[in-house]
Amino acid sequence: MAQSSLRTPLSRARGLGSAHEGVGRFISERATSVALVPLTLWAVYAGVKLGQGGYAGAVGFLQSPVNAVMAALLIFVSALHMKMGMQVIIEDYIHIPNRKLPLLLLNSGLCWLAAAIGVFSVLKVALLGVGAH
Amino acid sequence: MAEFALPKNSKLTKGKHHPAPEGAKKVKTFKVYRYDPEVDSNPRWDTYDVDVGSCGPMVLDVILHIKNTVDPTLAIRRSCREGVCGSCSVNLGGRNTLACTHAWSDVPGKEITISPLPHMPVIKDLVADLTLFFAQYESIEPWLHTDTPEPQKEWVQTPEDRGLVDGLYECIMCACCSTSCPSYWWNQEKYLGPAALLQAYRWLADSRDEARGERLDYLEDPFKLYRCHTIMNCAQVCPKGLNPAKAIASIKAMLVDRVV
Repeated sequence: MAQSSLRTPLSRARGLGSAHEGVGRFISERATSVALVPLTLWAVYAGVKLGQGGYAGAVGFLQSPVNAVMAALLIFVSALHMKMGMQVIIEDYIHIPNRKLPLLLLNSGLCWLAAAIGVFSVLKVALLGVGAH
Repeated sequence: MAEFALPKNSKLTKGKHHPAPEGAKKVKTFKVYRYDPEVDSNPRWDTYDVDVGSCGPMVLDVILHIKNTVDPTLAIRRSCREGVCGSCSVNLGGRNTLACTHAWSDVPGKEITISPLPHMPVIKDLVADLTLFFAQYESIEPWLHTDTPEPQKEWVQTPEDRGLVDGLYECIMCACCSTSCPSYWWNQEKYLGPAALLQAYRWLADSRDEARGERLDYLEDPFKLYRCHTIMNCAQVCPKGLNPAKAIASIKAMLVDRVV
């Protein structure tokens, strides 16, 4: 077959060697999935509760330490899980070198930004007892 | 981007039609992928109406019948014709399998398409280029690694330990699994693929081997191993009934074991 390089097949197969990384990501993907099961169940409960008491009731709900922590964890863990999922999709399908890295950085940036804004908003309501406006 | 459409020079065109010989009693139509990179600009589908009453029951019998009686230019790789050598793997009606152990009557559809293993460079007609595939196999060093001085007679293992490589050692490296794997299609330069990983686990599971750490070191990589997303096409198509996805899951479990 026509090859653009005379590099041997074994050299191609070995590539740049092993990154010695991946097991951490593998564990995190699964740990966040498992954590999202109770967090999502709590989100359903919170949705029902938040719909019942109006604005004041919602602020009061999020001022409970348990609810505030659960809401912050839900946002943080979801963002982390989303970041890892999108990263895999970008790695799978994007093969243009100067497009892959910026996309990976954009993905990380957007997910961390979403997590930070979400957690900050929960803390604001929980600690100051007022909404975002 | 991943290739969701065929590149321009891989688009298939309509080829020649070869009617059945006069007096043929039982006729079946086979649509065969034809491509000679030295002559053709694009591959084509040639159709052959084959008198299946005058050849054997397997798809390889049909291909050899076409080659011997209709069109000697048809290229196919084959050797043992009994599912042991892994040479004649092709895509039959959209499914990778061995032409020699698959009866044409078991392939659904009015006409049966026969094409080379998907998403691989084509050398000619039904012969895919498996150079990288075998180099990936070589890269996992599929032989016994030991530091202990060699025993006078042999490396011994218990029948139980020997049993641990059952379901692994039977692999014939036909590439049906790797070339059916979408992850391998999109990232075959970096992902080792199900066949090489099943073999990697075959040596990780071998009680006589002393290099499990080094083997795991080589595999722990976001692409070499972790491109497996448990799609399971590998286990679906394996003509030997093996389960590469399970072997890959066992490697992932070993890597977790190492850190917890």
